[in-house]
Amino acid sequence: MPNLKDLKNRIASVKSTRKITKAMQMVAAAKLRRAQDAAESSRPYTERFNAVMAGLAAGSAGSEAAPKLLSGTGSDQVQLLIVMTAERGLCGGFNGNIAKLAKAHAAKLLAEGKTVKVLTVGKKGRDAIKRDLGDHFVGHVDLSAVKRLGYADAQGIAKDVLARFDGEEFDVATIFFARFENVVTQHPTAQQIIPAKFETTEDAEATLYDYEPSEEEILADLLPRGVATAIFSALLENAASEQGARMSAMDNATRNAGEMIDKLTIQYNRSRQAVITNELIEIISGAEAL
Amino acid sequence: MANLQFDLVSPERRLASVEATEVQIPGADGDMTAMADHAPTITTLRPGVLTVIHSGGSDAYVVSGGFAEITATGVSVLAEQALPQAEVTQDIYDQMVEDAKSAYGRAQETFKNEPGPVDDAAKLLSDMVAIGGHIGLTAKN
Repeated sequence: MPNLKDLKNRIASVKSTRKITKAMQMVAAAKLRRAQDAAESSRPYTERFNAVMAGLAAGSAGSEAAPKLLSGTGSDQVQLLIVMTAERGLCGGFNGNIAKLAKAHAAKLLAEGKTVKVLTVGKKGRDAIKRDLGDHFVGHVDLSAVKRLGYADAQGIAKDVLARFDGEEFDVATIFFARFENVVTQHPTAQQIIPAKFETTEDAEATLYDYEPSEEEILADLLPRGVATAIFSALLENAASEQGARMSAMDNATRNAGEMIDKLTIQYNRSRQAVITNELIEIISGAEAL
Repeated sequence: MANLQFDLVSPERRLASVEATEVQIPGADGDMTAMADHAPTITTLRPGVLTVIHSGGSDAYVVSGGFAEITATGVSVLAEQALPQAEVTQDIYDQMVEDAKSAYGRAQETFKNEPGPVDDAAKLLSDMVAIGGHIGLTAKN
């Protein structure tokens, strides 16, 4: 049975833990709102972009002159996995889930005899998959110094990826990130970005566009941008998911700390009562002995 | 006169969404003005000044690359980087010119014997410098 002083210290320590988790929860809530706003304001661009690209891609698909970013290199032997996670921990299963999905994907590819290369964005995911896939790392992007995600950050990553593609270092690139659904649900997602895949909408009204300059030139100009756009929207989804995951993780932690404090307080009061009763018994039996 | 719906979006935010009477676009192959019932066109942009004329006057934006989708009823401009002209200060402009300059320098190094990419970068730089003349700022040498 722990003595009274131990219990008291314990309660004090859990109380300060609760204060910290509560504060983190509130910070995450504020950041979540900002991240969600950012994700939402990027949506019109992404939607329009993909709509135009889908039209262009459908037009030139199958033609032999189609750029490699669209048609692929004709092989899928070397696979690049871009694993995007957070720079910080304490956000529940967020980093773990993305890492798990990436690991499963890599294991499947390796079993098929493919070559796997891994590019990590975010420190936590790198740590999580280092043990299994450490030999396959080809690079790492550190965003810990970035306060507010900008398009330029995505462009930087895209440039790196495209340079590797031009250097024929890989055939297929897939990004891993968590799609933000709501505060409690984030879906780890794998999305292939090279060769580019666009959802062809069925009801795409076949507007015949004039292209200026030529269709091929526009396509060649836009495809690299498509990579940056896909990475940017993944980064933003990830940022919102991270804050959402952290918020609910910290909410749970705060609640658990509260329950623990209640339990410990009851235990503390009972032990104190036992001590008092004990002393009384000693005094009374002493008095009776006289 | 019929109006057209004008949207200007950058990856980070939506900058404008107004009913316009005409939109002047710095297209890669030359400037063009889109009005209602324009033939459906997709064009890439060069760095330049994009002007929107609507019932309440006109707005100018500095854009650096991207593309525009023109239909009979509207114009959507997807710019990589876009700022209202009034927000472009000398510092921002210097930065833009500097970026173009370093891209030109890089292109000269990487593609020594291929004129294509170097020419593109040189054109980008000269377009950047030309913007300055349009908005009353000068490029530092």
